Amino acid sequence: MAKTIKIRAKAKNGVTVVKALITHPMETGLRKNKKTGEMIPAHFIQEVVCKHNGKEVINCEWGGSVSKNPYLAFKFKGGKKDDAIELAWKDNKGNGDSISAKIR
Amino acid sequence: MSLNQKRRVFLKGSLAVGALGAAAGLITPGAVLAAWNKNAFTAKSIDEAIAASNGQPVTTPSTDITIKAPDIAENGAVVPVSVATKMKGVDSITLLVEKNSTPLSAVFHLPKGTLPDVSTRVKMGKTGDVIAVVKANGKLFSARKGVKVTIGGCGG
Repeated sequence: MAKTIKIRAKAKNGVTVVKALITHPMETGLRKNKKTGEMIPAHFIQEVVCKHNGKEVINCEWGGSVSKNPYLAFKFKGGKKDDAIELAWKDNKGNGDSISAKIR
Repeated sequence: MSLNQKRRVFLKGSLAVGALGAAAGLITPGAVLAAWNKNAFTAKSIDEAIAASNGQPVTTPSTDITIKAPDIAENGAVVPVSVATKMKGVDSITLLVEKNSTPLSAVFHLPKGTLPDVSTRVKMGKTGDVIAVVKANGKLFSARKGVKVTIGGCGG
């Protein structure tokens, strides 16, 4: 589990900065396989949700035009060292992954 | 997001219980978030995409929105974009790429307490504007920034 996500959350002056990297091909469905000429089917992350101590702090909807191996950074008020941070994603094929981490 | 659409659909199904329907309609946003907004992400024009993701296509240009993106992107497949604003009461930030075949790239729903400051990376097919739409206190504001792409990120 959670091999696809790297997350880092750091609390400073009452604001927590969360940075996450997800490993994912993010195929738009518009690209062609150069050798066979066939279209590569769309495969991209649609939803990313991040929770702090069980409370949602961001909810993203993504399309295929987010880059391969997506990066996400955001900030929220509150949060302190050792609080739980949880991030989960789901793609258009129904696959997903999640990770739990602690704020540093 | 398509709050109004949802409500309309909901009301259609429960016209008989009008008052109840309206009350339930008000609490649907939480449930709406769970469903990926297909209409918005497959929309081919910017107006359609904004309308489908935010309920209406009209936005007010604002100088309070800061878009950080490179002036020239060497690789259109990876264009770092940050959007931040000083506005209060921001519900969501929508990111669009003008020249892509489906302009809508990402929608960030920000619950109370989350700062309106998000960063990600997007693909850009060719040179054009990156548009950020900020929904604050029910109103839509927008800003755009031109990015020159030297190698496209879409298609092969």
